[in-house]
Amino acid sequence: MSTERHGPGAAGALAAIAVNTFREAIRDRILYLLLVFSLLLIVASRLLSFMTVGDEEKIVKDLGLSAIAIFGVLTAVFVGVSLVFKEIEKRTLYTLLASPVRRWHFVAGKYLGLMGVLAINLVLMSAALFLLLLVRGGSPWGLAPALVLTLVQLALVTSFAILFSSFTNPILSAVGTLAVYVVGHLSWSFDLLKARLPAGAPRWICDIVHYLLPSLDRLDVKMQAVHGLTLPSGYVLVGIGYGVCYSLAVLVLACLVFERRDFT
Amino acid sequence: MTTTGTTAEPVVQVAELSKTFRGHLGIGRHTAVDRLSLSVSPGEIFGLLGHNGAGKTTTLKMIVGLLRPDRGSVRILGRPPSDPRARARIGFLPENPYFYDYLSAEEFLDLYARLHGLAGRARRSRIEATLARVGLAGCGRTALRKFSKGMVQRLGLAQAILHEPALLILDEPMSGLDPVGRREVRDLILSLREAGHSVFFSSHILQDVEMICDRVAILVRGQLRALGRLDTLVSRRILWFEVSVAGPLPASLPGERMSSSGGETLLKVADVDDLTRVLSQAAHSGAQVTSVWPRRETLEDLFLREMAREEPRGVGQEIKP
Repeated sequence: MSTERHGPGAAGALAAIAVNTFREAIRDRILYLLLVFSLLLIVASRLLSFMTVGDEEKIVKDLGLSAIAIFGVLTAVFVGVSLVFKEIEKRTLYTLLASPVRRWHFVAGKYLGLMGVLAINLVLMSAALFLLLLVRGGSPWGLAPALVLTLVQLALVTSFAILFSSFTNPILSAVGTLAVYVVGHLSWSFDLLKARLPAGAPRWICDIVHYLLPSLDRLDVKMQAVHGLTLPSGYVLVGIGYGVCYSLAVLVLACLVFERRDFT
Repeated sequence: MTTTGTTAEPVVQVAELSKTFRGHLGIGRHTAVDRLSLSVSPGEIFGLLGHNGAGKTTTLKMIVGLLRPDRGSVRILGRPPSDPRARARIGFLPENPYFYDYLSAEEFLDLYARLHGLAGRARRSRIEATLARVGLAGCGRTALRKFSKGMVQRLGLAQAILHEPALLILDEPMSGLDPVGRREVRDLILSLREAGHSVFFSSHILQDVEMICDRVAILVRGQLRALGRLDTLVSRRILWFEVSVAGPLPASLPGERMSSSGGETLLKVADVDDLTRVLSQAAHSGAQVTSVWPRRETLEDLFLREMAREEPRGVGQEIKP
């Protein structure tokens, strides 16, 4: 006969769901396909550098950082958008939510599990890039801030993937998440747009949309890293703080949506 | 109106529960469950019966908190389903379960053991014992994608009973099982009752329900049509006799000829008086009566009767002994 047990607590539930999500992602062949392609691209950047005019090391750094960012985002989008949806579609979620876990544990656990996969991916790809540069006698250490802020961007993109996936299908989720990623990288263009708009309501709306969407371009410091430019003091820390707060806000929204859902 | 079986605090209490769903493209509304009231007592096996689409699964989902009722209330073990303390003491098996096919059976149960707060060594031994209990001993390392439908159903039962819940909620637990598997699940449910657990399950396999349930409820189009103990719902009175006679039959023999093959005829005989006449005339004509089978009222008869009835009579009214 059962004893009075109150479940695992928030930390235990989050850990169990995150570990399961991590397991799911690392047993998914798509992840390996993306990882292999990105590693190939990093290695191929060496070959491309022979064929282009310019500083070979800078080209390797530029292509390497771009490959890491692009494949990170593709993993975040294509694994992220199906994580919650698959659980609903295949009804694996039913027994999870009938156990003593709260719905927000599920959403946050899924997010943490995927972030674990993305972080390990990023470390593996960075290690390949660093190795390539070290073998050529280059110095890869200046790339660290760009890589940290790339992970922050991935955290933001993943939170949107989870949000969209909590109420719509993977195709719409992928379109929505990629749209946020693209618009987030073009957030500087809102200033240009605002200058062309008449004063008053249109400009306020432009400002609201600008501040509501993530400023991913400000987290993109690849160019500075490649050219060895110094970032303002505390820039990386502010970027991390911005990314954490923004991701948390999106995740809270995802939890609220998920909390109200009926699972028919 | 009384809906409880005993005076003890119910493990499930559902009052005036209703749920509607939007139709295709959001047009119109379909009522899945309509003002359902029932309760399940501790230590009881309660069967929720109904045809496909009667509202059984919707009811169970509202009880475990996967669906929110439009109206009415649900209490499980004295608490609302949204309270994790209530869900910590239930085990749930959904209909046609599907589990993570990238996990092995042990990994799968380990996840659920963690979600129920089972710690360390106890967790491992509990997983092994539970796999053995559902007939999956030796399958712990097998990937779930290699499991047959019956094995998945057993594993679903394993995750439901892993943490020794006070209340088991099972949606069509015998679905997808062969006759041996169905018998094993029936035995498992009975053994859980022996151990003091309560079981609330839905089914449309009347034979299974008839064999193990203490009380049943019949749902028709989301409405409660009958609720009570089996021995009070089903009278067990003899409806007619089925008599098998070999050899030439006298023309005046009473009863309706149901079938005839291999020189043997099956008669449907209305009552004891007619049966006496059949036996007597058969003896005089040289025919041989090979079997007499009293056909009693069954749960199936009650079910079909309630299905055929258009409007409910006193919705949710329990038939008392």
